[in-house]
Amino acid sequence: MFGLCALAGVLVVLTLVDVVLQLVNNAQPAISKFGLGFVTSSRWQPNFGVEGVLALLYGTVVVSLIAVVLATPLGIAIALYLSMMAPPRVRAVVGPLVELLAAVPSIIYGFWGLVVLVPFIDKLEPGLHSALGFIPVFGPASPIGISVFTAGLVLTVMILPIISALSRDLFLTVPSELKDGAAALGATQWEVIRGIVLPTTVSGVTAAVVLGLGRALGEAIAVSFVIGDVTRIPKSLFDPGASIASEIANQFTSPVNALHTASMFYAGLVLVVIGMLTSVAARTIAGRFDVSQRVI
Amino acid sequence: MSATSETALLEGMPFDPTAPLTPSGNLRRRTAVSRFVQITATAAAVFAVAVLLIVLYGVVSRGASALSFGFVIHNPSGLAGGGIFNSLLGTLEIVAIGALIALPIGILTGLYLTEFAGPRSRTAAALRFALDIMAGLPTIIVGLFVYGLIVIPQHRQSGFAGAVALAIVMLPLMARSSQEVLLLVPGSLREAADALGVSRWRTVLSVILPAAFGGILTGAILATARAAGETAPLLICDSIGYNPFATELNPFHGVPSASMFIYQSYDLPLAQAVTRAWGAAFVLMMLILIANVLARLILARSRAKMGR
Repeated sequence: MFGLCALAGVLVVLTLVDVVLQLVNNAQPAISKFGLGFVTSSRWQPNFGVEGVLALLYGTVVVSLIAVVLATPLGIAIALYLSMMAPPRVRAVVGPLVELLAAVPSIIYGFWGLVVLVPFIDKLEPGLHSALGFIPVFGPASPIGISVFTAGLVLTVMILPIISALSRDLFLTVPSELKDGAAALGATQWEVIRGIVLPTTVSGVTAAVVLGLGRALGEAIAVSFVIGDVTRIPKSLFDPGASIASEIANQFTSPVNALHTASMFYAGLVLVVIGMLTSVAARTIAGRFDVSQRVI
Repeated sequence: MSATSETALLEGMPFDPTAPLTPSGNLRRRTAVSRFVQITATAAAVFAVAVLLIVLYGVVSRGASALSFGFVIHNPSGLAGGGIFNSLLGTLEIVAIGALIALPIGILTGLYLTEFAGPRSRTAAALRFALDIMAGLPTIIVGLFVYGLIVIPQHRQSGFAGAVALAIVMLPLMARSSQEVLLLVPGSLREAADALGVSRWRTVLSVILPAAFGGILTGAILATARAAGETAPLLICDSIGYNPFATELNPFHGVPSASMFIYQSYDLPLAQAVTRAWGAAFVLMMLILIANVLARLILARSRAKMGR
């Protein structure tokens, strides 16, 4: 029995090592051709030549940051509501509903984003542009509502349940003696939150946000539906773009040549390295808290 | 306490206990801020639920018109006719094979972490770290990995390759949830078994696993539901090389799946094709949501049993 269990553990580690080996192996032609210059060149035009992943990397980071910037305050607010404010009955209903957002498959978010959200964004973006256009990133609205911004919004919805569920669990671990003590000294609920709850859980919440970021960085299908598949560096939030994962999803089944396929494996390798860095970061930041993706 | 009485106390002025306990300007501001935060947090929760309802409504309102009994028992015909029988069957088959691979390994890994490795074991810490990284792997990367591992050597995409990819998606979730559930099994059960001289593997098989069964089942259902909706790995490992109008059960050939059916329908040039894809999305989402609700009910029941 011990042997079997240990074997399963070994298998997990071996799989992980083999993931990296397979990627390196299949990316070999691209690695030997481009070397490390791959991450600093932005030319990714399969029909004319692929030289670098920078434009995709940029798109990946931008959509993920949009998602994190929007989902973090929302997620923490939801977590605060569920852990400290909601009446028990409301909590028992709203908590699982928010978590159901994580159960909706990414293909459905993508399809929904394209058919429902995109027409809505198409109306929203001109307004945002005229109100905030003096800031360079809020450039001219995209003509059809497909943009980096739209992809960021879809990702926001997708990582919101991760951040809110993990933060809620963290907030529930704050000892009630501390909270009640502060309240007894006359602190209002907001002062309890700002003075007790957030400071004691800040590392765990940060780790939850980093986990959400990791999820956003790697999302392929939902992003590929709404980002527009334009492999240039987007100049504003409302320009179409592409992310590493969405570009692999779009092009992998119809590669132009062997080097194109190898380049996609190389891009995947870059994505894995970033993803592993976020996992390590989340674990390091979390400190004494046990924060990791879970299904229950 | 207001600012003025605070300075009064500091300056050694006598505190007047008969002063009325009405909020001064400062306290009124503090309560107002607190109130504002409460309203914002409530609004955020309402927003999240509203988004879920909007997504559900979007799928239901568009998918319901495609739906009929025939829709789930017929294969697709042409660009827009027929149903999604072969895709649903394919998804069930691929997910079932993936679960057959991932569930035993995941449960064994969870058992290793809780029953066999000590609480301060370095190996266990490393394994937990590996599981975290595995759970954080983008699913499209998992697809690329299996493409290199199985599809390239076999020179063909197959349902089996897709199933292996889904197994890798399920494995860390399964290991994680089994670990959490096994930690909930009371230590007194293990001690009682030890006191009776029962061997370790016997304890695991006949005491610990039965006690944790409900929770493990919950984890298994949730991991399987997650895998059933995955598209990226199937796109890489099992998206071409099958006849989209025929039922294919041999896992070593290409097998159609519901998520690939939706993915490939969205750029077909017919409105009815998109309606059919919404129908598929509706069926897939309902299956996944029902599995989620079911899993939660089982978990609540087994928690109640354990608390007894």
